[in-house]
Amino acid sequence: MTTQHEDDLVSLKNLVQELKLKLSKYENVETHKQRSKIEEMSSEVTDDNPYSRLMALKRMGIVENYERIKDYSVAIVGIGGVGSVTAEMLTRCGIGKLLLYDFDTVSMANMNRLFFTPDQAGMSKVDASYKTLTNINPDVEFECYQYNITTMDHFDPFLQSLSNGGKAPKKPVDLVLSCVDNFEARMSVNQACNELDIKWMESGVSEDAVSGHIQFMIPGRTACYQCAPPLIVASGVKQIKREGVCAASLPTTMGITAGLLAQNVLKYLLNFGSVGYYVGYSALTDFFPTMVVKPNPHCSNRWCMVRQEQHKDNPLSLQNTNCNVDDEEPASHADNEWGIEVVSSVQEEDDEEIARNRLQELGEGIDYAFMRSDELKPSIDTNNVVEVDGNIDELMRQLNEM
Amino acid sequence: MIDNRTKETLQKIPLLTEKAGPRDEGWEKRLKEEYAALIKYVKLNKDTDSSWFSIQSNKQGTKWFGKCWYIHNLLKYEFGVEFDIPVTYPVTAPEIQIPELDGKTPKMYKGGKICQTVHFNPLWSRNVPHFGIAHSLALGLAPWLAAEIPVLAEKGLVRAKENDV
Ligand SMILES: [Zn+2]
Repeated sequence: MTTQHEDDLVSLKNLVQELKLKLSKYENVETHKQRSKIEEMSSEVTDDNPYSRLMALKRMGIVENYERIKDYSVAIVGIGGVGSVTAEMLTRCGIGKLLLYDFDTVSMANMNRLFFTPDQAGMSKVDASYKTLTNINPDVEFECYQYNITTMDHFDPFLQSLSNGGKAPKKPVDLVLSCVDNFEARMSVNQACNELDIKWMESGVSEDAVSGHIQFMIPGRTACYQCAPPLIVASGVKQIKREGVCAASLPTTMGITAGLLAQNVLKYLLNFGSVGYYVGYSALTDFFPTMVVKPNPHCSNRWCMVRQEQHKDNPLSLQNTNCNVDDEEPASHADNEWGIEVVSSVQEEDDEEIARNRLQELGEGIDYAFMRSDELKPSIDTNNVVEVDGNIDELMRQLNEM
Repeated sequence: MIDNRTKETLQKIPLLTEKAGPRDEGWEKRLKEEYAALIKYVKLNKDTDSSWFSIQSNKQGTKWFGKCWYIHNLLKYEFGVEFDIPVTYPVTAPEIQIPELDGKTPKMYKGGKICQTVHFNPLWSRNVPHFGIAHSLALGLAPWLAAEIPVLAEKGLVRAKENDV
């Protein structure tokens, strides 16, 4: 018995020793030096200059004036697998200011992606990002917003923050990046940027995790997100099988998409190379389709039409692109005014023709996520239109009492 | 594709005409249409003894909440349901949430937003502005409950509300 106790004592002592050692490591982390802010970016190549390799881009003749990056402010909506990595890249590049938007918290299910770490589980994504990013580069200014931009309560504050989020006081942000994972949020970003006339870049990764894309939107001069159905990269897989889970994700596809996005931001802001308007990525075939999409002259977004009118004398130069969303009237099939589209039996016969037209229109490897309104054929006619009887209070009461 | 029952139901729900979201002037008119369509849909369900939800909104019609239920093996499973009307409504559909099922099924986004089938958004987009809240429930929530609740019940992750129906 005594020897048993002695053994226990020894192992406990060892454990204490081990834990002390572990703790000391963390204490070192706590007290490790955080670099102080740097006023002027220097091109001096020294071990303690975080900008030396970036400033070398000037000497290489790639970027004329790298320091200008400090004057720019970028808003990133959605700090997930793509947004967080894009934020880190721009932070390391010394961007002037970042506005971060996400209502969500970090969870263990996020750990197959880059950036967040298990010890951050439970923290809000914007707070966790702020802590990491400001530690990486204290020169960057941050604004963090933890809310859902699609709701009435938060959309106006969202507009306000974009309008005043520039590096200089009372100036708008220079660019908005949409790194969200759903249609509703993308439409909200589209609405905000059309209203405020702010350029933005959309990004996305397919639900089967094997394709991604970025798209640069200039209100009135390129297609907006509502001008046509969302463009997707044909992944080679016929239809997403959605059994079991909502979406798959890979750190690779997300990292590559984030890289494409951040690269496009740098090229646009620092004016080097040619900016991509639509760049797709198909992981299964290592294929990168590109194109430009012109605005739809019949876009159903009122603000898109306002911006088109405003910029009509300043169209995007589309040389050397395979762009052409045609200018034909996207027929609002009069005979289908109230018909609802549920079946696709009539549709299927036309699918081949539609596919041919789309190939011509969009180029190899890119497709619409769903039918464009002018591709639809009426299938069911109903005259079942709602009749409203009474005022809203009565209607509310009536429904409540049912 | 969409199953026949859902298709038939969709055809019976009256279509809306006012294209206005909660930030637009026409919202009051649209909201009346929403209520009228919901009243028709609920009545339709009552008449065929197939009621499966009850719902109401705040005064502005921007936040909706209520209950939905599903009968499986003669047991009734009932859940709280809620959603916001997005600022881009009716171009985009509301994201329906069942917070109490959050984390219990992979067919849900964080916060309890139900995972719509691949058919939902294309179909919704085609029918803007004619589809409304009633359609989003019929096309989105009803098939989701039909697919998920039996699975959750078999796994013992949800409890029946009462012993008889
Ligand atoms: Zn547009």
